[in-house]
Formats: sequence, structure tokens, C-alpha cells
Amino acid sequence: MTRLGWIRFGIVGGAIVLLELMCRFGVIGRRVLIPPSDMAVQLWNLLRSGRINNDLSETLLNVAASIALAVAVGFAVGSVIHALPRVRRAIEPFLASYYALPFFAFYPVFIVLFGIGRMPIIVIGFLFGVVAMVIATFNGFDRIPRALVRTARAYRMGPVETALKIKLPYAAPFLFTGVKLAVAYSFIGVIAAEFILASSGLGYSIAYAFNNFDNRTMYALMLLVIVLVTVVNALLHVGEARLMRRRGL
Amino acid sequence: MKSPHMRVVPADVHAQLAGVTRVYPAADGGPGVHALGPVDLSLRRGEFYAVIGPSGCGKSTLLDVLSGLSPPTTGEVVFEGKPVGRTVPDGIGIVFQEDASFPWLTVRDNIAFGLRQGGVDGAEIDRRTDYALAFMGLRDFARAYPPQLSGGMRQRVCIARTLVMQPRLILLDEPFGALDAQTRLIMGDELLRLWRETKATVMLITHALDEAAMLSDRIGVMSARPGLILAEIETGWSRDRDSTIASDPAFGAITSRLWSLLRAESIKAVGGSARS
Amino acid sequence: MRRLVDTLLVIAVLVAAWQVLHWVAGDALTSPAGTARRAWALMNGDTFWGHVRETGTAFGYSLGLAVIGGLAVGLTLGLNRTASSVAEPILVSVYSLPKVTLYPIILLVFGLGLSAKVAFGTIHGIVPVIIFSMNAVRKLPPIYLRAARSMRLSRLDMIRRVVVPAALPEIVSGLRIGFSLTLLGVLIGEMFASQRGLGFLIMNAIGQFDVDTMVAVILILAVVAVCANAALLALNRRLHQGAT
Repeated sequence: MTRLGWIRFGIVGGAIVLLELMCRFGVIGRRVLIPPSDMAVQLWNLLRSGRINNDLSETLLNVAASIALAVAVGFAVGSVIHALPRVRRAIEPFLASYYALPFFAFYPVFIVLFGIGRMPIIVIGFLFGVVAMVIATFNGFDRIPRALVRTARAYRMGPVETALKIKLPYAAPFLFTGVKLAVAYSFIGVIAAEFILASSGLGYSIAYAFNNFDNRTMYALMLLVIVLVTVVNALLHVGEARLMRRRGL
Repeated sequence: MKSPHMRVVPADVHAQLAGVTRVYPAADGGPGVHALGPVDLSLRRGEFYAVIGPSGCGKSTLLDVLSGLSPPTTGEVVFEGKPVGRTVPDGIGIVFQEDASFPWLTVRDNIAFGLRQGGVDGAEIDRRTDYALAFMGLRDFARAYPPQLSGGMRQRVCIARTLVMQPRLILLDEPFGALDAQTRLIMGDELLRLWRETKATVMLITHALDEAAMLSDRIGVMSARPGLILAEIETGWSRDRDSTIASDPAFGAITSRLWSLLRAESIKAVGGSARS
Repeated sequence: MRRLVDTLLVIAVLVAAWQVLHWVAGDALTSPAGTARRAWALMNGDTFWGHVRETGTAFGYSLGLAVIGGLAVGLTLGLNRTASSVAEPILVSVYSLPKVTLYPIILLVFGLGLSAKVAFGTIHGIVPVIIFSMNAVRKLPPIYLRAARSMRLSRLDMIRRVVVPAALPEIVSGLRIGFSLTLLGVLIGEMFASQRGLGFLIMNAIGQFDVDTMVAVILILAVVAVCANAALLALNRRLHQGAT
């Protein structure tokens, strides 16, 4: 690990130890927060008991479906709109305000449109992720140097061939950034939708535990979500950094 | 207007521009920007021709029109007896000023790119790529990616990528513009070596007086925008020259001749007024 | 002029798509015209502006905290290479956490009410403001700082007169995202546990199958968010032009 990595590790580790001590010595009340070590023990027991297997797999499947949709649709829409600068300029203020809207509110509408079940949740996750992918596609295509497009013309390549053999590989690291964001946003959308509206899934289980004063289960589940999302994001971050470094960025 | 096929073209003319102008249309339907011409220019087969002019004089536009990257507004362009349309004809290779290496491919794959594109068979691709790697001194970097290399090395990759296509006319648009002075001298020598070895015709666009004076057989001096060819200068260098001719008295004479032609134009280009 | 026409065209397309969805979904999604009527009625009712004031207050406090806190932390971190390199991945993972899962903790700490909403809005908004302002400073050409030092500017003067103006376009981008996410945070907070505010109004409408009200409130929010963002975007564009 690098020096920076150690410092980072020390800060995060130190924060956890501090939290542990503050909980143990009553600086933070038991009713507010249980010590991190207790959370870990609770989580271990919960996972072993198999009680949350259904909710966990449901959430993961929802997130996976949202990501797949968001990446595919986001890339397709992004590349089409990128070729139409006038359309792009017109929709930019709308894209920028997109994340201020609580899509969760459309949950009942989605139930009517897509039926009860996982589809409405997946749609909300998709809606969260898709715009990040669209913007990343813009960003990647914006950066393609003119000299590369001219080189493609010097090789007598047509527009489709130029897109596949020059633009796509050049933009790949930036598109990967879009995938990373789509993953994070899909997690946020799915879990938040479950938390507020649904009657199954990890988000719902946390809200359920909260409403039933089952703090131990609630904290264990929070820890699970945090660890899960952090590990997934960290892996994607490493992959992204590797791609960018290869480009000298 | 006479068809290019009817034109009487001397046997040693490789490419020709006749009455070529280029006007960029203005966005608001106004008169547009007159970037170039009218220019008449003949490149002799196998010569090293440099085009020099003040910044913004339309040098790069000249290259775009000659290569078929953009069409002339008026006039005609002929390469090897055939009119040049809107596509780059086979036999013309281009090296751009900006770094055009593909960052997602290794140096080797960059160089082989055009050959694979053209459906050349595998053994031939390897043979030509190996040759270009060796010729440009890139053999040790074959597996590296361009972002790991210096600007000079990346430009070598671009030159090698053009070289493997065995072009008969090589157009270079200020290829050493982004490099430091010493690297430029070395790259100039390599370019001369490449020119001798391939027997191709070379047209080099540059704004550097010494580069033009040292490398070329003939130099076309362009005016400020709209670019016109003000004069053509024969250098009279032998074919096996290199950068050491910088100490030759003739080099100084050519350079000062170029500067006396260009000084007023350069002042115009930066917005000043010339005093003589 | 042409830009205005284009924007109106986008709005027209959005409304048309909405109308089509209304035909597909029936009563589950109120038509654009019906929504506009309901929105007008809401705005002329007695209770609506109380909810707006509630949400507006929480949003105002959250945005203020997110912007001031975010800029202070972001600029400070940005000026220190080691600190910013250490902090960046941590901040990015905090940014991508589903923060809604932390809401119960905030409720336990602050109790139901304004302060919980403000806290929740702030944690949504502050992270992007920190990340953007930190990176804006980090990406400044070092020559600016060297030039400032050569003119013997004090640290505060350097931040005020060189760092902030030079990094401003990026900072404004961060403020835009911070604005959106703060609003989202406040609304989520109101949707989950609150008796007042626009988020509550939406949740209440969902509970009573009052689709008209739900869609009308979202429309009003969307209009406000789009207008605010368009203003910030226009500011951003002017700053970017000034920068080049």
C-alpha cells in the first residue's frame, strides 16, 4: 500500500476506533448508536441466520437490473444526443436539475404502469443511474481530439467505423466513469425506494427495524449496506484509476 | 473549366493545386472567412517541399485541401493525374501537428492500425511494422502505450504509422511544433532519412525558418491571410544532407532571404504595422 | 432567441410524452392540463404555502450549511496536496453511499423536526460541494499560486483573490449539484418522517391515492429546480467564457 493509502487507512480505522470508544464509554448513548464491533457481531449473526437472504438477493438483483438498463440506455441516448449539439444545449438545464427531483414519488405511477413487484423499484434505480451515464458519454465523446477524427478520415473510415474503432475506444475510460456512477446511483435509487415505499428489500428492512425499535438489526443492516456499497465502489474506483493511469490521466 | 484529365501535366509533377481557394462560410450567413488562395502549386515527384508562412495564414488549410480532408471552394487539386475529391486518396499519408496516436493501443498496434484496416495479410503487417519500429527507433517501446512516451516519441509513432502505408506523398502539418529545439533537429534528420529511403514526395508545413531552410529542396513562402504563395525558393542542397548544414554559409543566406520575405507578413499576422 | 425556441421545444416534447403516458396509465398519472389545474388550485389554497415555507426553511438552512461548510472544507483540502489525495476516495465513497439508510441515526440524534431535516439535507449537499471545490483548487495551474506567492500575497488574500476567482467555474458546478442534492435530501427527509413540508404533502397524497396532488407538487418542484439550475448554468457559462 502507498503512503497515502496508509494515511487513509489510519484515518478511517481511527474514526471507527474512536466511535467504538465513545459508544463504550457512554459519550454516545446506547439508544443513538451501538458500538461498531456490536454491529459487526449482529451482522454476522444475521447473515448466518439466513433471515435476510431474501431481502439481500432481491436488492442485489434490483440493483443489477437497474445498472444494466441505465448503462445501456444511457450510452445509447448519450451518443445520439452528442451528435445533435442543438438538442444537447436545449436539454442541459433539464439534465442538471434532474437529481433534485424525488422520483420515488412516482412509485404509485410505476406500479400502475409496470405492475406490483420488482419492476417499479428497478425503474426508479434506472432513472437515478441513467442520467449519470448520459453525461459521462457526453464527457467522453467531447474529449475525442480532432486529430484522431481526422486520422480516421485519412484512413477513409466511415462514420460508423469511426465511432466503433476510434471514438468508443478513446472514450472508454470516461465511459467507465459513467458505469461507476451509474452503479452508485442505482444503489442509492433502489435502496431509497425500498426504504420509503416498498415492502421488501434491504432498504425496507432497515425502515422496518427502525419503526419497530429493533436498533440492533437496524445497525447491522446499515453496516451491511455501507460495506457492500463501499466494496463495490472501491473495486470500480481501482479499475477506473487503472484505466485512467494507462492514459496518463 | 478544363477537366483535369485534359490538363497537360509534366511527367515529373506529382501533385498540383490550380487556382485553389478556400472560404469558410460564416455562421450568420455573412461573407465568410477567406482563408486561402488563390494558390497555384506543383509538387515534383520525389522532392522535399516546405511551406512556410506566418501563423494563421492558411498553411494547414492548404494541407487539408491537398489531401482531400476538405474540399477547395474553387480551383482543382490533382494527385498522380487524378482529381482529389472529398476522400483522402490512396498513396497520401498525413502526419498532424497534434498528437494523433491512439492511447488505447500499444505502439506496435498503433503502427499496424492502417495495415489491418486495409486488410493486408498478417506476415506482411509484421514485416512492415518491424521495419517501421526499427527505422524510427521504437523497437524497445513496441509494447508501451503512447501516454507512457514523450511527445517526441509519440510523434515518431505517428510518423511510423504513416510510413508503413508506403505513401508516395507524405504531408506533414507542423509535425515538430510541440517539440523542443534539440528534438526537432533530430526529428528533422530522421525525416530526411525517411525521405531518402522511401523516395516519397514530402510536403512539410512549418513556421520555423531554420526547419524549412535545412530540410527542403524548395520552399514556398506564404503571405498573411488569405494565404498566397509569395515566392518559391530553391535551396540547392544535395540529397544526402542533414542538420549539420546549419553551419554552411548558404544556410544563413537562405534563412535571411526567408525572413526578409516573411517579416512584413508576420507583423501583419500579429496585428502590427511594418516599418522598413 | 433560437435557444429560447429550443428550450420551449424540449418542454413541448416533455409535455407531449407526459400526455402519452397519461393515456397509457390512465388515472394513475394525471394529465398535464389536469396537473396544471391542480397546481393552480394548490397555490391558491390555504395550507400549501405553509408546507412551502416549511420545506423552504429547511432547504435554506441546509443549503447555507452545505455551501459554507463545503467551501471551507473543500478549499482548505484543495490547497494541501496530501490531504486532498487522502480525502478524495473517502469523500467519493461517502458521496455514493445510499445516505437514506443513515436517516434513522439522524432521527435518533436530532429527533423529529426541522433540525433532522436540515441535517439530512446538509449531508446530501455538502459532499459534492467539498469534492468539486477541492478538485477545482487542485486542478489550478501551479503557476497561479507561484505568481501569487511572488507577489507576496497573504494566504487569505491568495485564496480570496487568486484561488477562488480562478476556480470559480468549477465551484459553481459543484454548487449546482449541491443545490439539487440538498433539495432531494430535504424532500426525502420529509417523505420518511415529517408532518409538514412538500415531501410530506407528496407522501400524504400517495397514501390517499390523491395522484393529482402528488403530480402537481412534483411539477411545482420541477419548475423551481429547473429555473434555479438554468440560472446557475447561465452563470457558469459566463464564468467559463471569462476564463478562456
